[in-house]
Amino acid sequence: MANFTPVSAAIGGALIGLSAVLLALFTGHIAGVSGIFAGLINPQTSDRPWRAAFIAGLIAAPVIVTPVGYAVPVPQMPGSYVTIVIGGLLVGFGTRLGSGCTSGHGICGIARLSPRSIVATFVFMAAAIGVVALTHHVLGG
Amino acid sequence: MSVLASLFCGFVFGYGLIVSGMIQPTKVLGFLDIFGIPSGAWDPSLAVVMAAGLTVAGIGYAVVRRRPPLIEKESLWPTKTDIDSSLLTGALLFGIGWGLVGLCPGPAVVNLATLSLPVIVFVIAMAIGMLLHDLRPVLTAAPTSSSLADTTAADG
Repeated sequence: MANFTPVSAAIGGALIGLSAVLLALFTGHIAGVSGIFAGLINPQTSDRPWRAAFIAGLIAAPVIVTPVGYAVPVPQMPGSYVTIVIGGLLVGFGTRLGSGCTSGHGICGIARLSPRSIVATFVFMAAAIGVVALTHHVLGG
Repeated sequence: MSVLASLFCGFVFGYGLIVSGMIQPTKVLGFLDIFGIPSGAWDPSLAVVMAAGLTVAGIGYAVVRRRPPLIEKESLWPTKTDIDSSLLTGALLFGIGWGLVGLCPGPAVVNLATLSLPVIVFVIAMAIGMLLHDLRPVLTAAPTSSSLADTTAADG
């Protein structure tokens, strides 16, 4: 397990959990990025300011930590834009139909012991593992 | 005040994603590739991120959920409890997209700061996918639909 980084993973995960707790403590909102982002871009939404602020905080994080010496890697994405667009459409539509993503279901939902979120997390994890097995091993990507 | 608190929480969330390494799609895919377990190439980091996040959020939520929020008037905790076909189909579609690219919404948004063109294209496609779902009733039916209530009752 040469790529395993348990210490930074634990610290980063704890910070994500802390963010979810603080958002609930101060504003009563769930720190689910797909829901916050979708509400921000939906023209029918009325509570846009807090959503815009949370998203701005996400984007500001690498901008703020890079100058203080924390290396933010260039994201390595699939070579094909077709794959990227299909993946993006599926992530967008799927997270809305399924009411959440890795943060909303995987962290916030399971932390609330929501059966819906536990099931959803199991399903999207299994689907993603299946797709990676298919693309990396069967199709030889 | 709500805006300031949300901005700070967004920053802490994004910082956590950076520290954990989860903004790098190849690291996420390294976890999802369970065929790497026998060869030793598997990267269990994402499981540790979730375990740590769930420990902090689980304890914190247990304390916080009993009281009204400090700034807003009321908590907006999800109220749905039924495991329906929308939940299962949505999670399935999301998982397929996640496995194809290695990006979920949080890391995708954080990575916008790198101004990487593939990331920008992914986020635009993701936004279109979201709007296709959320505006479906507006696009296909008379404007008397009550589906807005569905979207605001979402889990996250």
